[in-house]
Amino acid sequence: MRADVAGPAYRGRTASIGFARGPFIRLSARENSARTPGSPQDEALALRGAIQSSSEQIAELAAAAGGEATQILEFQVALLEDQDFIDPIFTSLVQGTPADIAWSSALDEQIADYDTASDEYLKARSSDLADLRDRVLRILNGGEGLVPEIPSGAVICADDLPPSRFLEIDWSGGGGLALLRGSPTSHVAMLARARGIPMVVQLGSVPDAAIALLDGEGATLELNPNAEQIGLFERRREIHRRSRASARAILRRPAATWRGERIRLLINIQRVEDLEHADAQYADGIGLMRTEFLLSGPEGIPDEETQYRTYDEVLRWADKRPVTIRTFDAGGDKPVSGFTPEGEANPFLGLRGLRLCLARPDVFEVQLRALARAAVRGNLKVMFPMVTMAAELETARTVFTEIVADLQARGIAAILPELGIMVEVPAAAMAIGDFKCAFFSIGSNDLAQYVLACDRSNGALGNLIDPLHPAVLELIARAAEHGRRAGVSVSLCGDMASDPRFIPALLHCGLRELSVNASSLAQIKQTIDRLGHGGGGG
Amino acid sequence: MLETSANGPFVSGKVALVHAVGMHARPAVKLTKLAKRFQAQISIRASATADWINAKSVAKVMALRAPPNSTIEIKAFGEDADAAVAALIELVSADFPDRDP
Repeated sequence: MRADVAGPAYRGRTASIGFARGPFIRLSARENSARTPGSPQDEALALRGAIQSSSEQIAELAAAAGGEATQILEFQVALLEDQDFIDPIFTSLVQGTPADIAWSSALDEQIADYDTASDEYLKARSSDLADLRDRVLRILNGGEGLVPEIPSGAVICADDLPPSRFLEIDWSGGGGLALLRGSPTSHVAMLARARGIPMVVQLGSVPDAAIALLDGEGATLELNPNAEQIGLFERRREIHRRSRASARAILRRPAATWRGERIRLLINIQRVEDLEHADAQYADGIGLMRTEFLLSGPEGIPDEETQYRTYDEVLRWADKRPVTIRTFDAGGDKPVSGFTPEGEANPFLGLRGLRLCLARPDVFEVQLRALARAAVRGNLKVMFPMVTMAAELETARTVFTEIVADLQARGIAAILPELGIMVEVPAAAMAIGDFKCAFFSIGSNDLAQYVLACDRSNGALGNLIDPLHPAVLELIARAAEHGRRAGVSVSLCGDMASDPRFIPALLHCGLRELSVNASSLAQIKQTIDRLGHGGGGG
Repeated sequence: MLETSANGPFVSGKVALVHAVGMHARPAVKLTKLAKRFQAQISIRASATADWINAKSVAKVMALRAPPNSTIEIKAFGEDADAAVAALIELVSADFPDRDP
């Protein structure tokens, strides 16, 4: 990015915003310190002890972490207590195999088995198993399961990091996480955001270094920086800190305005718990409630009553403010076992979003019934994702209308909510006039991905995925213009809206409604406020 | 193994797996935890042609890879075999509820 600097710089993807400057510590996936095996009896004793300690450590971690992390760790504990799995390992010790070799080959066999599974859920378990393998090995190797000495505030670099390793690290002195692979949607990323630890993923390969600067906002990692780099980094950090502080004050002001026009700022939520964010209360409503989390719960796709209660809870929170709930948007990069099709050659262009829901009325109709019942409880709007043609919207509307009529005929309170679509397929953006709906919401992530023909999860295409590309902006402006003429609201709920750098362009495109992450609400409101007061960039 | 044992009476049962994502980690952990509460030897399989596996082994139960809507066959022998089969059927048919059955 800058050619005039001494230390090398790397760009990845943001998983958690924040800044960290400190010693650069690389964690290898497996610490193989030399180990001298003892007699078969000694080896059995050592392995028994290591398994016992691991069990205790995991139980402690689970108790301390709670919630989601507990569920992730529960499986590891169960495996350590599985005689059918553990006994053959001890049998091979009797035959003279060293404990560490016997243990890792048994685990590696399982991991390989999970890795080859066609099933995404099973594949995801393989990192849990690798985590367990390494924990027991660390103890066997005399490491007592402790993470190697990590100085306070270090920038920790790893290929990927399992959740339990993250929880073991003492983050009280700050620090950050730089992952060579990894994903912003991983469990670790969720934990990092919850703790406010900066995290950048998909950095590719980076050399060793003494000192690192990690900028979670710009998604950059700078190694062995010179004074100038440090100065610039500290300036960015300070700007970030100040803007957060003053943005918090701006939040409390009623509405954002730009050139005399009211800009409505709503929030995106992934799950009900997101409403607990301290800033959520200042939103003008919920611009996007994703419902995919319902599909990945431990109990599978929840029944109508469970869904109804979930939607109702959000509507009660919002009171009179609008709540836009998006129907299941599975497929593409969000596979759901038992729901999304397997073996599609190109899932991003496959049966996903509304296409999948229309193909699976058994799942879709349960959600629509729950939504029809919830609609009488508040200001609900329902949005369909991944719509290409007006006929799809009309089919969904017909199904929904029949469901409402059926509920009403049975004396159950239900109404048809306002219906709208996501604008994310380029064809829909270009032929937006074909769609007779109450509102549109631009899904800029997928829209940019499809317009630019770039997989947004592919780190190698980083420079090409530019949401400010004129073709993307033209489609956004076209949608906004249609909304103004037709008198229907057009908002944008993709990641662009949560990034201050893109706000001027979005406002100039004619958008007056944005839906952002609750954690970005303050900063975006402040950005608009500054633009509105001639603060440049407008 | 089990089929040929004369050591006590057999109890068997079948139940449909309604869990949306099939027999994955959480259901597998719940099933094995419940199975371990019984003295009986308990075996399960997810198709009529598959080998029976030990219901108390989480590694084996995960390896079943039972998809949603598959039928789980359960058989048990031992003193509390009746109660074991009934409890497992209840767990699976109730879709692995969070509270302990």
